Amino acid sequence: MSIIPGRETPPAPKARKLKDFGEGSGTVRTATMVLSLLGGILVWWFLSLLPGVGSILAGPQDIIRRALPELLNDGATGEFEAYLLIKHIYWSFRRVLGGWAIAFLCAIPTAFLMGWYRTFRNIVDPWIQFFRTIPPIALIPMVILLMGTGEKAKITVIFITSFLVMTVTVYQGVRNIDMTLVKAAYTFGASDLSIFAQVVIPYSFPFILTAARLGVSTALTTLIAAEMTGTFYGLGSMIQTAQIYFRMDKVLLGIICIGAIGFVLDRLLLLAEKRFTRWK
Amino acid sequence: MSEARTPKIVMEGVRKVFRGHDGRETIALNGVDLTIYENEFVCVVGPSGCGKTTLLNIIAGLENATDGQITLNGEKIIGPGNDRGVIFQQYALFPWRTVRGNIEFGLQYLRKREDRVEKDPKTGEERVRTVYRRYTKEEKHALSDKYMKMVDLTDFAGSYPKELSGGMKQRVAIARGYAISPQVLLMDEPFGALDAQTRAQLQEDLLRTWEQEKRTCFFITHDVEEAVLLASRVVIMSARPGRVKEIVPIDLPYPRNQATKLLPEFNAYKNRIWENVYQEYLEVKK
Ligand SMILES: Nc1ncnc2c1ncn2[C@@H]1O[C@H](COP(=O)(O)OP(=O)(O)OP(=O)(O)O)[C@@H](O)[C@H]1O
Ligand SMILES: [Mg+2]
Repeated sequence: MSIIPGRETPPAPKARKLKDFGEGSGTVRTATMVLSLLGGILVWWFLSLLPGVGSILAGPQDIIRRALPELLNDGATGEFEAYLLIKHIYWSFRRVLGGWAIAFLCAIPTAFLMGWYRTFRNIVDPWIQFFRTIPPIALIPMVILLMGTGEKAKITVIFITSFLVMTVTVYQGVRNIDMTLVKAAYTFGASDLSIFAQVVIPYSFPFILTAARLGVSTALTTLIAAEMTGTFYGLGSMIQTAQIYFRMDKVLLGIICIGAIGFVLDRLLLLAEKRFTRWK
Repeated sequence: MSEARTPKIVMEGVRKVFRGHDGRETIALNGVDLTIYENEFVCVVGPSGCGKTTLLNIIAGLENATDGQITLNGEKIIGPGNDRGVIFQQYALFPWRTVRGNIEFGLQYLRKREDRVEKDPKTGEERVRTVYRRYTKEEKHALSDKYMKMVDLTDFAGSYPKELSGGMKQRVAIARGYAISPQVLLMDEPFGALDAQTRAQLQEDLLRTWEQEKRTCFFITHDVEEAVLLASRVVIMSARPGRVKEIVPIDLPYPRNQATKLLPEFNAYKNRIWENVYQEYLEVKK
């Protein structure tokens, strides 16, 4: 067997399958997600049982044994206010939803005007970029001065942050528009208004829904800051009060509630997205 | 065709200079003089990048000429309008509309002339009043049915563009352009992405439609054979910067069909134009 150096045929490349980029089966997905959550809770529970960690970190058992009975009793003993947790959730939910909804309604026209009119864009854009970098907590003194400490102040803080995030996101969509489609509509004789309704809005619809989801998560992240304007009811203030008394079980319960609200709202918007952007 | 032709689109010294992102200037068109007559079928051939699409965009009113005059029916073209239907090189379908929705898109801006007989309430006299009304849903439906049938997409009426192949998308774009029956049809390589069979069939459909309802067609193609088959005149453009190099009248009788390709004159035209275009292609290579 004479082999000429450098002439050996290289080994045939091993055949390999294309990675499956699909979503996979729905049941498997749900099962994996549930297992992941349960696993996380289990780890948390074990950690809280460790002698050193347990004194700082409350475990799930503390929440069930202490926080929940305190916050969810019917007030019969007179020791605790009745159904306090429900009230906290109710007030926080109201603020988040209110601030978010007003912001959503304002963000869409602002973003579209920015996309469509150069002058408007040039006037508004620097302000949006400026306010976007300011952490919500820094806004609180100003908001309290202007709006007092009532519900209006809380909704305003949530409004500002989620409005900015949603405007920027929808604006990206409007700017991104495929100009061939706009041109095609023009050649059919469409008016500006018609192009707006028939091309710009449907085109940016996916961006609008993404913006709505980002807006919800921003609204929730701003909740604590918003409730720093002074209140008794609300998950944010519950967490702050619990921190002062070093009730880690209540702090964690508040975190779980905020996370759960975010999760549910996000899923609802995701459903809307699936429903309205089937053409994607 | 030769008797008393009315000019439809007149271009005089049309120049177009693009400024790229780096400030470099590209002369896409350098003095195009061309008259397109009413109901004429003009095919434009020329090497890639010679400015064919640019010229079409200028006629469509989607791009402004840097220099020169361009008129439609004697009036200066200042912007787009549905007297000129455009079939784009990149389909330009609305992804959120179904096949039917895309074909019906242009119909919503059309007005139908209707003479209504009315009684004057005072004198009792009958008068004819002309109104321009929108198309009804049923009328739009009937039209989209007709054009979907023409491009063989009836079974896909409810599909979204992402569910179609490239050739099918192009067929939707063609149907959408035909559906509004414009005075001038501007087509940018409409059959470029199609398979040979569909292409042959749509060429015949286009010829038939044009022979039945005459209108002005401006048709860009890479395929010299297609140009000779369809056109009453073939415009050959020179390599960039684009100009009209030669205009070849095709004196083959209409109605034409695929059998026309077998005529000896057909091949003579084809070879002559091909040679001419090939020279320009070699120019580009240099
Ligand atoms: N928006 C633009 N900005 C800068 N340059 C452009 C622009 N559009 C076209 N060009 C240039 O103009 C020239 C002509 O382009 P055009 O699209 O008209 O060519 P074409 O003849 O249609 O080519 P093809 O047959 O490949 O479609 C090209 O050289 C291109 O680089
Ligand atoms: Mg082109």
